[in-house]
Amino acid sequence: MFDIVSFIPRAVAQGIPLLFGSTGEIITEKSGNLNLGIPGVMYVGGICGVIGSFLYERSLGNPNLINPVLGILIPLVSCLVGSLIMGLLYCFLTVTLRANQNVTGLAMTTFGVGFGNFFGGSLIKLTGAEVPSIALSATSKLFRTTLPFAHTTGPVGGIFFSYGFLAYVAIILAFVASFVLKRTRTGLHLRAVGEDPAAADAVGIDITRYKYLATCLGCMVAGLGGLYYVMDYANGVWSNDAFGDRGWLAIALVIFTIWRPNISVFASILFGGLYILYLFIPTGENLAVKEIYKMLPYVVTIIVLVFSSLRNKRENQPPESLGLPYFREDR
Amino acid sequence: MIHISKRKEMPLWQSLSIRLAAIVVALIVCGIITTTMTGLNPLEVYASMVKGAFGSPRKVWILLQELALLLCVSVALTPAFRMRFWNLGGEGQILVGCLASAACMIAIGDKLPNPLLIFIMLLWSLAAGALWAVIPAYFKARWNTNETLFTLMMNYVATQLVAYFVIVWEVPKGSGNIGIINQTTEAGWFAQIAGNKYLLNILLVAALTVAMYIYLNYSKHGYEISVVGESVNTARYVGIKVERVILRTLLLSGAICGFAGLLLVAGTNHTLTTTLAGGRGFTAVMVTWLAKFNPLVMIASSLLLVFMGNGAAEISTAFALNQSFGDILTGIILFFIIGSEFFITYKLSFSSHDKQTNQATLATTAMKEA
Repeated sequence: MFDIVSFIPRAVAQGIPLLFGSTGEIITEKSGNLNLGIPGVMYVGGICGVIGSFLYERSLGNPNLINPVLGILIPLVSCLVGSLIMGLLYCFLTVTLRANQNVTGLAMTTFGVGFGNFFGGSLIKLTGAEVPSIALSATSKLFRTTLPFAHTTGPVGGIFFSYGFLAYVAIILAFVASFVLKRTRTGLHLRAVGEDPAAADAVGIDITRYKYLATCLGCMVAGLGGLYYVMDYANGVWSNDAFGDRGWLAIALVIFTIWRPNISVFASILFGGLYILYLFIPTGENLAVKEIYKMLPYVVTIIVLVFSSLRNKRENQPPESLGLPYFREDR
Repeated sequence: MIHISKRKEMPLWQSLSIRLAAIVVALIVCGIITTTMTGLNPLEVYASMVKGAFGSPRKVWILLQELALLLCVSVALTPAFRMRFWNLGGEGQILVGCLASAACMIAIGDKLPNPLLIFIMLLWSLAAGALWAVIPAYFKARWNTNETLFTLMMNYVATQLVAYFVIVWEVPKGSGNIGIINQTTEAGWFAQIAGNKYLLNILLVAALTVAMYIYLNYSKHGYEISVVGESVNTARYVGIKVERVILRTLLLSGAICGFAGLLLVAGTNHTLTTTLAGGRGFTAVMVTWLAKFNPLVMIASSLLLVFMGNGAAEISTAFALNQSFGDILTGIILFFIIGSEFFITYKLSFSSHDKQTNQATLATTAMKEA
């Protein structure tokens, strides 16, 4: 029997990091920057949060004395700063120095994943702490605090209220991003920059500023996905490479939602569900089939990509100048 | 005021010295970061990296063999990149090549003489790699589907496909891996040349690299690829069938990736895992780009990246650092080289602000007078 009540919360928990990642990447891509460094940025976001709260918990001596406000703010701010630096780096290379975006993005992913795994593996040694592994249970407890009535309202509470605050932040951010992109002047300008920077430049929009702002903001949002994963989903335990290919899945999600963050709210939960579907489908002895189920999110993404190009509706296309650097004198 | 303009062309020695300077600066920055993060002497760390990469004949062979594999994938991606087709699916194309070779070794390993078996493995791995690349190429040519994203997704489909077959073929059941295929019979394994396990791989890739250089620079196909890469409209105007060029080039690109898969399975690892491609499909993107799509220069750029990788393995054992430290250093060096490209492509000219306003007023007065 398919257990929908326990399936949905787990699908959502899987989906939230993807939602952060895809919202961030959509904002970035709308400015015409295809940031393939997002998987790296999410690693950096996660590990920076871990470093912040690891140092804080250690300075306390006894983790139970943790101050709830600081306990949340320190990892949150470290995560945002870490991802912001990655965003600035990407922008400096691709916007100011007009480097190739694919190459820069892949280099950032190499760097970011390496950065995460290095500190994840060596933080204890570097700080000379006497703990066997990085387990930030006190901080994680703060991040996992749910609304008080989540566990008393039965299945409704389980499905809608049983998540830490970052999950709701992700959903709100996605809707806000969607609104800003679609309904405000700033959003219109940003889309113009991504579609045709030369035309946008001609009407006086500051291309460099929009690209920097959108990409840095996008990186910060994506970085939160890494933070959510460590602090909430993984109970504050960092293990190397555990984050896996979620960053790439977030990029897949951008295509799947045809560049719409509000659709991404549902799509990310769907993807989260597809990601763990193999755990819920009874396959009996045949373990190999589970691996085929894990292919689903990617196959579905390819199908969407193909169909959106087949139908060739103008509003469903990638931003026109996606991946291309802009140089005013280049005509 | 800083004015930026495109350069016409830069002498080779000048562009090389800019890149070299970027690497030197990157190494200094890496050194500073190493010291602040770990408290180690950066010179010692670099020395042990060199030792790790070139320290003994065996290490040099491993380096050369890694170099050959990375170079093979980079050579594979080059024709596609010259055409501005961003094939980020190298990883998946290698994996399906591995899968096809391994399938042959398992299915018909003990039924055929070895040369015939290897020939069949070659055909299947080329076909599998080509298929994996030509699917996105077809949609790109026909409906202009975004190839960067399509090829990227194909990687994970390939990974899961391999994961499926790993479980189907696992030995022993329940272990989750295949182990060495045909350990006793060595059916489908490449022969050793002069007692060296890796030499055949290295020779094959060397020949392939030269062939690709000739193909791209001195053949009609190579010329057509360049024209399509420069401007699709120009290509159409001069009568090049763009769709056909895209399909043909990606068949070639994918087939060579599949060939890299064959080298991995038949030449070095003799097994099948989901991580067998080892990120080479992505690393090769950077190798190709650093070499400005020139197969011969790629020898140098892939040497740099392989050296960083192998050197990092050494520092992780020598200083008890995490292996990923090498990735951080590689990342930093890449950032510097990527950044330095700007100074090769563009020229910065500094002019004082006054001069500009003067010119502007001169222009306006001239216009008024006219």
